[in-house]
Amino acid sequence: MAASPNPATPPAKGLVGWIEQRLPIFSFTRAHTSEYYAPKNFNLWYYFGSLALLVLVNQIVTGIFLTMHFKPSAAEAFGSVEYIMRDVDWGWLIRYMHSTGASLFFVVVYLHMFRGLMYGSYKKPRELLWVIGMFIYLALMAEAFLGYVLPWGQMSGWGAQVIISLFGAIPGIGEALVEFIRGDYLISDATLNRFFALHVIALPLVLLLLVVLHLGALHTVGSNNPDGVEIKKGPVGNRWSADAPADGIPFHPYYTVKDLVGVGFFLMIAAFIIFFEPTFGGMFLEKDNFVPYDPLVTPEHIVPVWYFTPYYAMLRVVPDKLLGVIVMFAAIAVLFLLPWLDRSPVRSWRYRGGLYKLALGIFALSFVWLGKIGGGPGTDPVETQIGRLLTVLYFGFFVFLFVYTHFGFEKTRPVPERVTTHD
Amino acid sequence: MTKATSPMRRLALLLAGLLVSAAGFAAGPALDLEPANTQLGNRAMMQRGAALYMNYCAGCHSLQYLRYSRLAADLGLTEEQVMANLAFLPDARFGDAIGVSMSKEQGTALFGKAPPDLSLVARSRGVDWLYGFLKSFYADPTAQTGWNNKLLANASMPHVLWELQGTQEARFATSDDPRAEPVIEKLELVQAGVLSPAQYDAALRDLVTFLEYAGEPAALKRQSLGVWVLLYLALFTLLAWLLKREYWKDVH
Amino acid sequence: MAEHSVNQGRRRFLTATTTVVGGVGVAFLAAPFLKSWQPSARAQAAGAPVQIDISRLEQGQLIIMSWRGLPVWVFRRSPEMLQALPSLDGNLRDPESRNSDQQPAYAANPHRAIRPEIAVYVGICTHLGCSPTFVPELTPQPFDADWKGGFFCPCHKSRFDLAGRVYSGVPAPTNLPVPPHRFITDTLIEVGVDPEGAA
Repeated sequence: MAASPNPATPPAKGLVGWIEQRLPIFSFTRAHTSEYYAPKNFNLWYYFGSLALLVLVNQIVTGIFLTMHFKPSAAEAFGSVEYIMRDVDWGWLIRYMHSTGASLFFVVVYLHMFRGLMYGSYKKPRELLWVIGMFIYLALMAEAFLGYVLPWGQMSGWGAQVIISLFGAIPGIGEALVEFIRGDYLISDATLNRFFALHVIALPLVLLLLVVLHLGALHTVGSNNPDGVEIKKGPVGNRWSADAPADGIPFHPYYTVKDLVGVGFFLMIAAFIIFFEPTFGGMFLEKDNFVPYDPLVTPEHIVPVWYFTPYYAMLRVVPDKLLGVIVMFAAIAVLFLLPWLDRSPVRSWRYRGGLYKLALGIFALSFVWLGKIGGGPGTDPVETQIGRLLTVLYFGFFVFLFVYTHFGFEKTRPVPERVTTHD
Repeated sequence: MTKATSPMRRLALLLAGLLVSAAGFAAGPALDLEPANTQLGNRAMMQRGAALYMNYCAGCHSLQYLRYSRLAADLGLTEEQVMANLAFLPDARFGDAIGVSMSKEQGTALFGKAPPDLSLVARSRGVDWLYGFLKSFYADPTAQTGWNNKLLANASMPHVLWELQGTQEARFATSDDPRAEPVIEKLELVQAGVLSPAQYDAALRDLVTFLEYAGEPAALKRQSLGVWVLLYLALFTLLAWLLKREYWKDVH
Repeated sequence: MAEHSVNQGRRRFLTATTTVVGGVGVAFLAAPFLKSWQPSARAQAAGAPVQIDISRLEQGQLIIMSWRGLPVWVFRRSPEMLQALPSLDGNLRDPESRNSDQQPAYAANPHRAIRPEIAVYVGICTHLGCSPTFVPELTPQPFDADWKGGFFCPCHKSRFDLAGRVYSGVPAPTNLPVPPHRFITDTLIEVGVDPEGAA
């Protein structure tokens, strides 16, 4: 860790220089750490990007070690998880780090996405950054679903059954597609085996590639900030560099040490869960998943893990199967279009119209409430009506956003020239 | 840390509140279960529970994920103690998992379905449910085994602990509608067992504590280790915060 | 944006402290991952000590048992076999069992055994892992005209005597290992555990 950044880096000598001339990894690293200038006014919401990266690393490392003991076969999978939990030295810790990490990944990613909504981080020139992020979210959901099937408990098997059946709603090819995905006429060893391959190799590769693209795009356009001010368009020159934005500070060491504090707090929360409440009251590891998958006995409540429940609720409250599936996928798809639905010239909600803040609040609330409904038994008719209303509100946000900003209804406040706050 | 606008803070609070209530909800439908008050880590309780399990349950229910050797280490028993007093299978070895002499076929023939393995029953059902289940047997002449259970109607399991608890009978609530399903109002002890009701409850508490241990032997280690991990992380976070504060003196 | 003086000492101290404390944390975190490679409880149970009854083991007879996947030879030596052992010392590489890796201290004696007549060896050639053939007869053999009984490895012609001691001039470098074992009773051996009191 350099004590103080020195922008005038002399050409390196020795081994470093030799490597640098052939592969400029050192200047590349510098360009993305001590010479990457981030706005100085990041707040709490800006921890979640680096935390997501941390969790990704955790998932990969713990996942590799779990793979060493897990048996991807219908006959052995459940037992091998218990083998990890009991017979493998420290296997329980590695497994809980992985299962808790999966849920915390979504916690972090949802907060990261909401940050983007609050401060307009998806707006020009960061549209592609947002779209890549959405692809990461999609890959993450697929990865999480596949991973949940592997322990081969009741929720694994029946969850797979329900989710795969969704593809059966596609007219014409539905049934054939379902059979193709399962590789059998029922959820079986073949399904588990291919899900394992996708979970441990295919999707992690996709995720890593997407994360690299996400970071590449970020460092090309630069970070947004809570004021939504484009620091690259502001005055130039700071104490570290004559040609860097005046409101920018070197990511390293300033944000590395700051993120370290965030990492510390985050790890305390994670450790608390891992060591004291690893099932998180049945939310992170469901009770029924401690029973081996039995194709003949359906659990009383088939509910996906909490991070899928908002979409699951939409699926359930729509009375038509195909329409429900369409609504569910549309709920995700519409997020991709956000940069083009929002026509407001102002990024941050600090300077946007009051109705925007209200709408965003309602949107977030409906998402969370839908999640609560989706996690319940789904038998209460009143709740179903509420769920329908919330689904309308969820989609209504996007419609409202377009109308509100495209036709000039929004009364924005003046955006300051420079960033306003930092702690 | 942040100069967030107040609606955002309120939203954060709301999110947290909903999360907690959702957690409570996901834990299962609200059955009125008496708390089992297990004491995981209490060796005396776990030992007594293990003895009860081996004497009353292990004839039909295996613990296929728990080894005698692990049991000995975690309960503070020697190999000789465990193999002489707790292992009843003739060919059981110390490193083996706790098996059962009854085959699946025999179990199915006797009870309609093979008695399940109980390694994870405390995790899938919860300790309160187990405690309630074992307290809720009542004599039912119409049932094949002569027993029924208030918590799990038409359970195929007979009341194996009846000697200890005694015999309970169901008292049904009177209903105006003659077609309505009879509702059990309460269970009444009609014939005392070897143990008094308080002693029986304590014995069940031991047994359920043992099953909770059997569901996750690592839990013993996990919680004691967790305290140290949190203390370490607190120190690390403090240092990181001091470091951050020092560096950020540069930023105006 | 007034420059202020940076307390470099404090900065260096905090950086070093955080790095050291963080490094300790990473090391502690790495330990469980490395330990997860140790033999698991299942492997340990499968590799648990094995008992063998030798009440019906005849003189000159050898039985092979499996312990942790290794072939373990247990055989009973006759008085003639035992008498012949010292006469071979000159032909052997390590006649006095000085290499302590190849046997526990309680078997580091002329007959390399707890009880002279009962031999317990891991039956894997110390050269490249073949299993040598048991040739107990004290008669001349095609591979050795002065044969006093022992083991002959068909792979690379290594020879061992009836105490598992390797001959000089053969590829195998060391004597056959003696696994930890003990006598539970006169006729019951347990392989995998040292005798009580012995380390």
